[in-house]
Amino acid sequence: MTPGMVGQGSAGPATPTPGSTAASAGTTSAPAAPAPQGGTAVTMSNFKFDPATLTVPVGSTVTWTNQDEEPHTVAAKDGSFHSPGIDTHGTYSFTFAMAGTFDYVCSIHPFMTGTVVVTQ
Amino acid sequence: MSSERDPNGMTRRQLIRHSAWFGSAVVLTVVGGEVISHIAGSTGTTKQQAGPTLRFVQLSDSHIGFNGPANPHVVDTFTHAINQVNSLDYTPDFVIHTGDLTHLATPEQFDQVKQMLAGLKTPHVFTVPGEHDSTDDAGQKYRAAFGAGTRGDGWYSFDVAGVHVIGLVNTLHLQKLGHLGTDQLEFIEKDVAGLSSDTPIIVFSHIPLFAMYPDWGWGTDDATQALSYLRRFSSVTCLNGHVHQLFSKTEGNVTFYSGTTTAYPLPHPGDGPAPKPVTLPAGALHDVLGIREVSYTQGQQSLALKERKLQ
Repeated sequence: MTPGMVGQGSAGPATPTPGSTAASAGTTSAPAAPAPQGGTAVTMSNFKFDPATLTVPVGSTVTWTNQDEEPHTVAAKDGSFHSPGIDTHGTYSFTFAMAGTFDYVCSIHPFMTGTVVVTQ
Repeated sequence: MSSERDPNGMTRRQLIRHSAWFGSAVVLTVVGGEVISHIAGSTGTTKQQAGPTLRFVQLSDSHIGFNGPANPHVVDTFTHAINQVNSLDYTPDFVIHTGDLTHLATPEQFDQVKQMLAGLKTPHVFTVPGEHDSTDDAGQKYRAAFGAGTRGDGWYSFDVAGVHVIGLVNTLHLQKLGHLGTDQLEFIEKDVAGLSSDTPIIVFSHIPLFAMYPDWGWGTDDATQALSYLRRFSSVTCLNGHVHQLFSKTEGNVTFYSGTTTAYPLPHPGDGPAPKPVTLPAGALHDVLGIREVSYTQGQQSLALKERKLQ
């Protein structure tokens, strides 16, 4: 189901179930927060997640920044995280406390798809 | 059903005489009742003589909370639209808002749009949610504001002036396209099961029930199943929002009409990489925003649409 990439663990990706405590709660911030640099940033621009697939070590906090005039959301297909509407220049952060492959969409524009691969 | 005569045998004069049969309490037979829809000015008919039996207005996509350059004043333009409805020379039987009432589904935005809608001079205001109204809670805040009297996740139906009206919710549980879901499909099937096939049907939804442009999510993945329950009806008219532009399409017995917005335009299908708000030159915005008047006249068996720009 996950294009191209899987977690590194030999047992395969560990995917938290909805309501589990494997990952911490996400946070959003008002506009004007600078986009984080380095390997934990995803931008939403022209109705695409960039990078579409992000690989981070376990424990990383990933921050999405909306650069479109339309709001977007970040919604895990397995329900493990779901941002509120992120308005123009707004951000949303989520800390991945468990390894696995997390596919997500924008629930407003579900043709926008992305994946976070969390490695041990 | 009228027991007096076969309406197919009525002359025009007889129909006019029967225009005394006004009101939703009177049930006229609409035999073979193809509801003929048209944009104003295309094939004008003589609807004024008998007078419409049902008149309503469609508003859509007010996006209260949006403040981008495509329209930094969505409250003003929506107020304008409401005032335009209130300035009609008749009182609409109801007003339907086909979704994206709010931009970000915040409680404050729901409060604001609800208060604004309360200013409409009409006995009834109906709504269906857009995906902007259900961004993060599967429509809970929407239903708290607008869900009274609805069923399931917010769908409903009612009868008025011999017309059966269905309001659908297709902005929850999105995978790629709009989605109705099993429970709602079952509701539609049962809802129309007892209706005579000559009952005119009007369906409201936010996302189109036809494939307007699936690459941008402008379609509903299980609409075919829903429409299969409506196939036996001689006249089905589906009104939607979502795409922020006028468009119509006929498939068999069903005619689809996408309505415009009171907020900001979106590109034509496939024009550019994404359905991003379009910023028009100064002064051009009001020409693409608007409201839609819809009327149905018993006997004449017609549903007429008038697209009105914001004035």
